[in-house]
Amino acid sequence: MALLQTLLLRLVTTAVTLFGVAVIVFFVIRVVPGNPIAMMLPPGATQADIDQLTALYGLDKSIPQQFLIWGLGVLHGDFGTSITLRQPVLALVLGRLPATLELSVMALVMAVLVGGAAALTGTRLRATKVEGGIDIANGMALSVPDFLWGLVLILVFGVLVPVFQISGRVTPSLQLPFVTNFYLVESIVRLRFDLTKDLLSHMFLPAVALAIPLAAIIGQLLKQSLKETMHLDYVTLARTQGYSEARVIWREALPNAILPTLTLVGVQFTFLIGGTVIIERLFSYEGLGNMAIDAVINRDLPLIQGIVILFAVIFTGVNLVVDLTYAALNPRLRHG
Amino acid sequence: MADGRSQVRRRAGVRLWLSAIWLLLLILLAIFAPHIAPKDPLEQDLFSGRLPPFWVHGADKSFLLGTDSLGRDVLSRIIFGTRIALAVAFISGTLTCIIGAGLGLLAGFYRGWVDVLVSRFIDIWMAFPPVLFSILLIAVIGPGLFSIILAIVVIDWTRFARVIRAEAMSQGAMDYVASARVAGRGKFGTMLREILPNVLPIIVVLLTLEMGIAVIVEAILSFVNLSISTDDPTWGGMISEGRTSIHQAWWVLVFPLITLFLTVLSFSQLGEGLKDRFDPVLR
Amino acid sequence: MNYLSIRNLSARVKGGGPLLRDVSLEVAAGEVRGLVGESGAGKSMIGKAILGILPKAVDITEGQILLDGTDLLSLPPAERRIRVGASCALIPQDPLTALNPSRRIGPQITDRLVHILGWTRSDAEARARALLGEVQINDPARVLRQYPHELSGGMRQRILIASAFAAEPKLIVADEPTTALDVTVQKQILKLIAGLQARHGTALVFVTHDLGVVSKVCQSLSVLYSGRVVEDTTVTDFFRAPKHPYSAALLAATPKYTDPSAGLKPVPDAVIAAVKAEVERG
Ligand SMILES: Nc1ncnc2c1ncn2[C@@H]1O[C@H](COP(=O)(O)OP(=O)(O)OP(=O)(O)O)[C@@H](O)[C@H]1O
Ligand SMILES: [Mg+2]
Repeated sequence: MALLQTLLLRLVTTAVTLFGVAVIVFFVIRVVPGNPIAMMLPPGATQADIDQLTALYGLDKSIPQQFLIWGLGVLHGDFGTSITLRQPVLALVLGRLPATLELSVMALVMAVLVGGAAALTGTRLRATKVEGGIDIANGMALSVPDFLWGLVLILVFGVLVPVFQISGRVTPSLQLPFVTNFYLVESIVRLRFDLTKDLLSHMFLPAVALAIPLAAIIGQLLKQSLKETMHLDYVTLARTQGYSEARVIWREALPNAILPTLTLVGVQFTFLIGGTVIIERLFSYEGLGNMAIDAVINRDLPLIQGIVILFAVIFTGVNLVVDLTYAALNPRLRHG
Repeated sequence: MADGRSQVRRRAGVRLWLSAIWLLLLILLAIFAPHIAPKDPLEQDLFSGRLPPFWVHGADKSFLLGTDSLGRDVLSRIIFGTRIALAVAFISGTLTCIIGAGLGLLAGFYRGWVDVLVSRFIDIWMAFPPVLFSILLIAVIGPGLFSIILAIVVIDWTRFARVIRAEAMSQGAMDYVASARVAGRGKFGTMLREILPNVLPIIVVLLTLEMGIAVIVEAILSFVNLSISTDDPTWGGMISEGRTSIHQAWWVLVFPLITLFLTVLSFSQLGEGLKDRFDPVLR
Repeated sequence: MNYLSIRNLSARVKGGGPLLRDVSLEVAAGEVRGLVGESGAGKSMIGKAILGILPKAVDITEGQILLDGTDLLSLPPAERRIRVGASCALIPQDPLTALNPSRRIGPQITDRLVHILGWTRSDAEARARALLGEVQINDPARVLRQYPHELSGGMRQRILIASAFAAEPKLIVADEPTTALDVTVQKQILKLIAGLQARHGTALVFVTHDLGVVSKVCQSLSVLYSGRVVEDTTVTDFFRAPKHPYSAALLAATPKYTDPSAGLKPVPDAVIAAVKAEVERG
């Protein structure tokens, strides 16, 4: 009951936030000096041509009027038409979304595995040189953002020891049998592991760049709460029962220590997704973020709006999911 | 136990000092750039394009760290690039701090509608991918140093506001605040005289971290060709060029990257180090 | 040979002073030995040393802990862990913090039976149900499926006691098992432990402040002061005629045995000074 109430409240605030995002993007990008329509027409275009196209995209109306028309369209699933690519925004955006999702989820999985392993190892070997080393590595990883890690990775694994691809999502010459844009997932489902390998070798470095800061945060926070949990009475009691230290950490401490980390990972995951914008650019990875930068540079107003709204939906959605998971994992909340 | 902890402290101290020294060095480079830089950072020489650094075969010893595709001296451009990097760091860091911390203090201490408004804006800001947001803003207001600073302030004020709001809220609930009010101090006076000094250490730490972030944002914007003009020497612009010619002239990417890396690392280590120093206050 | 035999055990804090000084004590199979002494005397440290859960900052500098003839301190850590887990158990002080809040009661009791003693899951569960019945919990099957926060403090202490006896241990360390409970519940819990101990024939090391409890539950007694055993005696002898002046003062300070109306009297300073000097001298 209380859970349902929280959920409803969260849905309302989420809607308000999304509306705010829509208003801000919509008005901000319309302050742009220069007519995007004039930019897309060939140099010889007449004023009549420009006016005609401007009217076609509805850009001749007042800004509040435009917002109303756009808003009504969005509620019907119509995000308008991209000015530069001349296709429906929704189709374009949903076409790129899988690439970004695959990249972010891959990075998240890496971060959780590496960060989790670091935290568990650090706890198992607490107060040794190993823990000190883990702390220093975490500190370094945290101090430098994904953009710089991406550049370092390009230098090291793209140029110095060229073992991974540093550009694109897939080798362009390959024949792709895919019907969805979830290439990685589909290549596995179709058992085309040659393609999986190619996709992974493109995805690996950008994913690592995105994962490094998050892995460090997970490592640090989880280790800290694990170490605090290790002093609690029920852990001490479990230790008298004959279990190995590793099992005590895994079975007794971890389930309780993981909750604060989980909330943080949720927020941090949205930061990671935000990071895909520049990382995709850096690795010429054909995802949403890369498309967003192109849209901004080309003043493609409907496309910019669509992408920003989609990002905002993802961000708020992730936060919502995290809150619900938190409630589901915590027996005290679950049983009210 | 005791000896282990003091060892960690000492290591933190070393990092703090190294960071401070590096940043001091950068400040000196920025101030005396025209006297230190061996070449004019804008001077092009198409005949000496993409010369490697001095120790590589085929180098021209007068271009210590080589040249870019237009024959401009990499070292001189890095040195002049410090000016923009540090200007962005200090100016936008300070402005972001004043605005963000100010709003956070007001929201956290006064509560009421100010808090509702600020919190709602924070929520909305958190739903934007910050990099995309900054690129969007620059596209709107046009490139240039001023635009970059404005974009960073507009986007990052929430970093301060979030933390300081929470902190002001918990400080405001403490006894000493109530007693100051009972002693007859006005609300605004209490905020400035009682709350602010107590959150100041956190503000200083956040400010240091923010400066590192500002340097990165500038580099990212230069990287997508939205920063200053492409001629002006910026680390991000050099990195952007270096990324495209990475297989022909790695040095165009490597040296500005190392500089940027160390600078960002220093700001962040300085911030973390200060956090440790202030630890008893922060707890 | 006694089941537990601690010989000349000394321990100190890393970079600090001694915590245990030349402690020796014997517990025969099925015997209940009380450990008494003021707060900080090292009673819990002895229990922790037996069970192998001393804080990382504490080092054992000397001595042996013989369990059934084997010196635990000379065993490799993994072997020691399993041996202790299979033949010893702890009844902790605070039932509110001693159960894992995110796990159901069932596995917290049965895991040891399955993973350390190699029972089947269903045997272990049957055993858990039977023991919950023994500690007078109604509807054991339901309780096994509940989480700790759904149960009262007294219930949780019963569960912890059941869990301690579940593996038929030869030795149980009970560290002030009733201090955290309501006075009304204390008596029941004490009875429960004493009853189970007698029925199962388990040796018990019973840490307590309360000489009244000692007189009811224990057969033998070690009086500790500042990490040293100042008197090692049977309970009958102790209450009839304590040998050590500190023991006598302790006994005199407990109102119930002298004059109930007098209230708690402090141990006289002179006695403290004397015992302190004796303990430091070694
Ligand atoms: N983790 C630790 N590190 C160092 N010293 C400790 C630690 N834990 C306890 N001590 C010290 O060890 C001494 C003995 O502690 P212990 O817990 O055995 O006392 P106790 O007799 O059980 O007292 P109480 O009746 O309060 O439980 C105390 O002086 C305490 O200060
Ligand atoms: Mg104790």
